[in-house]
Formats: sequence, structure tokens, C-alpha cells
Amino acid sequence: MAQVSSIPEEQASLPLSASKSILLRISKFNPEYDKSSKFMEFTITYKKWTTVLEAILDVKKHFDHSVAVRYSCRQASCGSCGMLINGKPRLACFTKISELDSDVVTVEPMNNFPIIRDLTVRFEKLFESHQKIKPYLIRNDTELESDEREFLQSPKELEQYIQFANCIKCGLCNSACPTMATDSSFVGPQALAQAYRYVADSRDKGKDTRLNIVDDSHGIWRCHFAGSCSQVCPKGVDPAMGIQFLRGYLLGFRS
Amino acid sequence: MKESTIMKIHYGTALASVGLVAVHILMRLTTGFADSLEYENVIANYRSVPYVIMLELILILLSVHGFNGLRVIMLELKQGRVYEKAVSYGCVVAMIGLIGYGSRTIIITNMGMV
Repeated sequence: MAQVSSIPEEQASLPLSASKSILLRISKFNPEYDKSSKFMEFTITYKKWTTVLEAILDVKKHFDHSVAVRYSCRQASCGSCGMLINGKPRLACFTKISELDSDVVTVEPMNNFPIIRDLTVRFEKLFESHQKIKPYLIRNDTELESDEREFLQSPKELEQYIQFANCIKCGLCNSACPTMATDSSFVGPQALAQAYRYVADSRDKGKDTRLNIVDDSHGIWRCHFAGSCSQVCPKGVDPAMGIQFLRGYLLGFRS
Repeated sequence: MKESTIMKIHYGTALASVGLVAVHILMRLTTGFADSLEYENVIANYRSVPYVIMLELILILLSVHGFNGLRVIMLELKQGRVYEKAVSYGCVVAMIGLIGYGSRTIIITNMGMV
């Protein structure tokens, strides 16, 4: 019922069929040939529900098919279409042009990642850091052993880590992180949040192993708690909070 | 040494320094700030053993905290195995050097050699 009542309000602000136009500025850069990036500008018509990804695909279809952009699910599940939209790391498929409240939309590749071309970046370092913290349950036994019972968990135990399990590895947090901008060896907020996700999981027995991994000269202690990682996460994960909780384990405040 | 141990020392030295420097500043205020910096008063302070112990502690705490802070900043600025080792060992050597030089000043003044 709430949805039905909200539709007339939306129609009042902008008719569903109305089209407006914006100037879409797309960063073009090929590290093999270009010394610096340049912007291509396109005038795009959009409707209230048009996303930035749809606008970019519109450019590819009608103006310049060479624009390099990575995307897949178009519903903020795969984490492929992360980019800087008007200077802020966002998912292109999850950002409506109408909500940007600007006549000019500038899209650039994410910061702190090597650029492949245009808007696509390399994720090797992100996945490497993610794998490094052992993103799986570490136990000596399995659910299939003994009397074949699943590892039970209370709702309270689930609450400890469930928001961190929403990470889609889009890399927006790493892109927003000021430490990652200068420290290329920093493990990053994504991996640290995932380390907390498993450390806080009552079924996991690998806490000491993971704490040893993040307790490095380029590990958890290099976080300055700027909090920008939490601000940009499209899935509501709070990596900054996870990092503080992890520090609590290492400082002896949590066990 | 593990990074968590280093950072525990870093936070501990910061807290202890705040306390001791506060005592140090309060003692400056007991005689009036300008008077406390007169040559005779400064030398007299160095002759007081409890005060000298406090100065030595402040020197050690701030040196440890400061040089670790410098190490952290330099590690974030640039990366590389050789560079990082040079920064870490360089900071330890500089810290020992500063503590040694400061301690020498405190000791010779306390013993009346100035």
C-alpha cells in the first residue's frame, strides 16, 4: 500500500514520461597509447529511472562503441560497474541520473586501481588481498562428519557479522580509501572488513591465523579511520567499523 | 616485533607523554613561565633527581612515539623491501641517538658539569 501512495508524489515532481538531457563526460584513457586521460562529451536524454550505466550504454550504442565499461547484472549484485561518478565512487547501475541533481555527469575510472582502459580497472590486487585473509570458514571438522548436523548459530551470533557478508567486492571502498592512495601495499578496507566477517563468525576457528595476517606493517594499523569506505559502500557494509572491531581483538579489548 | 606490539607501545607512550608533559608544564607555571626559563632555574631543575627522572622519561617516551610515527608516515609514503628496512632501522638508530644525546645532557647537567 505504501508503494501505491508514493507513486503520485513522484509523478508530481517529474512526470514519468518526461525526458530531460544531461551532458555526460566520459573519461577516455588507454595506457598503451595515451599519456593522460581526456574527456569525451555527449548529450544524453534521460528519464527519472535512467541509471548512469544505461546512459553509458546509450553512448556505446549510438555515439562511440569504443567506450570501455565493465558491467553485468545491472542490479548492484555483481559489483562490476564501480566508477567515479561526479567524483564519488559509486556503482553505475545503482546510480540514477535524476538523483545526482546535476546537469553534468562526469564518469571516470575508480581511484587506487590500475586502469585497463577508459572506465575499466584491474581487480587483481583487490582479489589478491581478499584471498590473503582466507575468506572461508576455517575448522578442523566439517558438517558432514560425526552425526551430520549443521553448525548451529543463534540470531545474535549471526548479527555479529551478517552486514559484512553483503560485500560484493566492487572495490568502491578501496577506491575511496585515502591510505590506499599513497600506500600501494595496504591490504585495504575490503579485505579488512572481510577478515572481520570471518573472525566474528561463531562457526570459524581461524581467528588467530587471520589476525596474524592483518597484523602487518601494511595491514590494519595503517587505517586512519577516515570512514570514506563506509560512506561509499552500496550494500551498507561498514568496513570502518569492522576495522575498529578487528583492532579491538589485536589490542585485547575483544576476545 | 609484531606491528600490534609496536602500536601498543605507540599508544602507550602517547598517553604517558600527555600525563608527564602536563606535569612538566604545571611545574613551569608554579614559578611563572618566564622565570622558570631563567638559566639558574633551569639548572636548579636539573639538580632535582625526581624532576630529572621525569625529564628522562619524557625524552624516552616522546622519542619512541615520535620516531615510530615518522616510520609509519614514511612507510605510507613509499613502499619497497629495501626502503622499508632502511626506514625502520634508520628510525631505531635515530631514536637511540636522540635518547643518548638527551640523556647525556641530562646527566652532565645533573652532575654539575655545566
